[in-house]
Amino acid sequence: MADLRCNVAGIRSPNPFWLASAPPTDKEYNVRRALAAGWGGVVWKTLGEDPPVVNVSSRYGAVSYHGKRVAGLNNIELISDRPLAVNLAELKSVKRDYPDRAIVASLMVPCTEDSWRAIVPLVEETGVDGFELNFGCPHGMSERNMGAAVGQVPEYVEMVTRWVKASTNLPVIVKLTPNVTDIRASGRAAKRGGADAVSLINTVQSIVGVDLDAMSPLPMVDGQGTHGGYCGPAVKPIALRMLAELGRDAEMGGLPMSGMGGIETWREAAEFIALGASGVQVCTAAMHHGFRIVEDMIGGLSNWMDSKGYATLDDVRGRALRNFVHWGDLNLAFETKAHIDHDACIGCGKCHVACEDTAHQAIAIEPGRRYTVIEEECVGCNLCSHVCPVDDCITMVPQEATATRQSWAERMREPAE
Amino acid sequence: MHARIEAGRLDAATLARNFADAHAPLTPARAAVEADRCYYCYDAPCIEACPTGIDIPGFIRRIAAHDLKGAGETILSANILGGSCARVCPTEILCEGACVRTLAGDGAVEIGALQRHATDHVMERGLQPFSRAPFTGRRIAIVGAGPAGLACAHALAMRGHGVTIFEARPRPGGLNEYGVAAYKLAGDFAQEEIAWLLGIGGIELAYDHPIASPAALSTLRATHDAVFLALGHGGVRALSAGANEFPGESLGGVEDAVAFIARLRSAADKASVPVGDRVVVIGGGNTAIDAAMQASRLGAREVTMLYRRGPGDMSATAFEREWAQTSGIQILFDAVPHSFDADDDEPGHVAAVNVFVRGEPRVIAADMVLKAIGQFYDAPLGDTLALESGRIAVDPEGRTSLQGVYAGGDCTKGADLTVVAVADGKRAAIAIHTDLMQPGS
Repeated sequence: MADLRCNVAGIRSPNPFWLASAPPTDKEYNVRRALAAGWGGVVWKTLGEDPPVVNVSSRYGAVSYHGKRVAGLNNIELISDRPLAVNLAELKSVKRDYPDRAIVASLMVPCTEDSWRAIVPLVEETGVDGFELNFGCPHGMSERNMGAAVGQVPEYVEMVTRWVKASTNLPVIVKLTPNVTDIRASGRAAKRGGADAVSLINTVQSIVGVDLDAMSPLPMVDGQGTHGGYCGPAVKPIALRMLAELGRDAEMGGLPMSGMGGIETWREAAEFIALGASGVQVCTAAMHHGFRIVEDMIGGLSNWMDSKGYATLDDVRGRALRNFVHWGDLNLAFETKAHIDHDACIGCGKCHVACEDTAHQAIAIEPGRRYTVIEEECVGCNLCSHVCPVDDCITMVPQEATATRQSWAERMREPAE
Repeated sequence: MHARIEAGRLDAATLARNFADAHAPLTPARAAVEADRCYYCYDAPCIEACPTGIDIPGFIRRIAAHDLKGAGETILSANILGGSCARVCPTEILCEGACVRTLAGDGAVEIGALQRHATDHVMERGLQPFSRAPFTGRRIAIVGAGPAGLACAHALAMRGHGVTIFEARPRPGGLNEYGVAAYKLAGDFAQEEIAWLLGIGGIELAYDHPIASPAALSTLRATHDAVFLALGHGGVRALSAGANEFPGESLGGVEDAVAFIARLRSAADKASVPVGDRVVVIGGGNTAIDAAMQASRLGAREVTMLYRRGPGDMSATAFEREWAQTSGIQILFDAVPHSFDADDDEPGHVAAVNVFVRGEPRVIAADMVLKAIGQFYDAPLGDTLALESGRIAVDPEGRTSLQGVYAGGDCTKGADLTVVAVADGKRAAIAIHTDLMQPGS
């Protein structure tokens, strides 16, 4: 059984699965249920200054994709709407009973040094293991110059991080917003400010849909909508890219990362870890299925690591990062071609029409709905294998190299003939 | 009437349940899930398998996209009786049998149920997707208001022709009205669908008006620009015992299954339809199954089907056969009846069927025997039209050997299915239109 113990910038937990700062970690009741279910840690829903914010009624919008519910979730809830003292008392109580779990407090206060310096010691007193600075909330708080409004300005990220670091000896994680053009600017700013780790991604600014009867964005609050934060399985690709971008950035210098965005099973968690995350955070999947999903996440990750011979998370961490290269470094001499297994083929023709209409006209129809690859035309784009509904019917077969390895970068360095 | 042939064997609630929709319509949620199962094949085999060539992936995609009106229009533009075909088609040997998901081993998309979902949406709201072209001045007579006649009438009316349908029976619908099991077209669906179809306008119906002689056909030809014959099957095969009459065939309690089904379909109150206590049905087609199932649902205690060959030879589909077998109908295969015995107490009435089952003689007690060994075109128009294999000979577009006379449905060659009849009617309408509108015609 693999060792799943996790360490994110000194914050330890028995497994890498934390609940992200969000509705599931809003209060003691939920958090105790989560920890009892086996979650390695929680990042408590963001604490702010009193008086607490007021949340609206109707808070989530969701994208269903062909019968699959909650492929993406959009949320317009703000930070904790409960008095700070209540949250602090509950944090303390939970940490006392769960010393082995990671209990991290998420913070967001106005962008003044006094505000940050005031709240940090109050929260530290509860016994929490560290802080996560919420520079990511994309709605509601950003209009009040908090959340993403800070996270989108690298100078502010650095400044606030510095204030917090000066107020505590506990590890400080800076949570990054994806609503920027270059995540590296925010990540580097956090590092300059002294952050012990970054966590990413926060939610993506979004309108989840439009009610075509009411002509209002969704979710609707009394006939109107606003943009919210998008999360869930749909955002995983965006999160992985941003994580990997920071993971390979020399200036980040291997700063620990807590990865999140669309993690639903152990497999996504492994992907984040392989791209450099020390641990992961989960929210939407728990909101969709309940806390018990952590059981199969722990079991699945452990079984997979055993099957691969990985003993600890450190053996996995960043292992795919070395293969995350710039396009210009990819091998132009590599070729792969589609191969259709005619025994498995059910004759739906989706590969043909996809290739014929939108790709390279490389799949022919023969009598009897027999679809075959025209090898000379196939560029190995993979489209057919993605649209084929039958597992392993279309495989992409690497071709024997006919030229030596050469990347675009190398090609451009060659003297013109 | 024989003592054991009784009406009202079951209470009203049970009868209502027994003759309600055999297959409940899909809920919107189930329809959405099922529609999402369609792969939207290129060159979809299901379209090819549908005699009317409905764009099945196209209509299913519209259901998935919540455009039920568009889905209904897609179906009805290819098959104006798409509502009843959704209910009565043997989909397992047509569209669903061809579905690539069958090959994939995970069950065909429920095309029939989805088709019903979409067509019900259109009909329940009384939507009329089609409109009639300006009157062409041409008048066409159609003989028979069954599926072929109705499909032809609609397609002609849409093109602006004036149509009169001559129907021998008091109600339109043909086998949809008189021949299909009640629980397949529950409620008054057949009539509701026809009323909707006639909404196109330009179609008149003359009931109780058989065209059953060469002279009657001549009159029609003289008074109309074209005639479409959709006569159906007029004949029911008799049992045979070599060249002789089948011993006991004329006994009381022995009748054609089609007559029993027609009586049952016409009865507003199913409790008024008499049925035996022990019923034997002879035959292996859908009519035999429909008769057996409905006898059972009327309250017959023992229903036995006798089929002379094996399960794979039945013209009823495997789905229908298994449905019957799991509904309390006993089917004896390799069962060849050779005579009926009369009742000792009531010598004019049947009491038993003598049958060889796999060569072994057996006696099956019966107070009602329903014969369903096949129907045929009984050629009421004699040899005024060329026949082929006993039915009216037509070219691929439905033209008969007589100028201006077209034919389709069960009186012509092809599978005896509602959907085939609709395809015939539609095709003939296009041929009639093309022929009539030719310059100089």
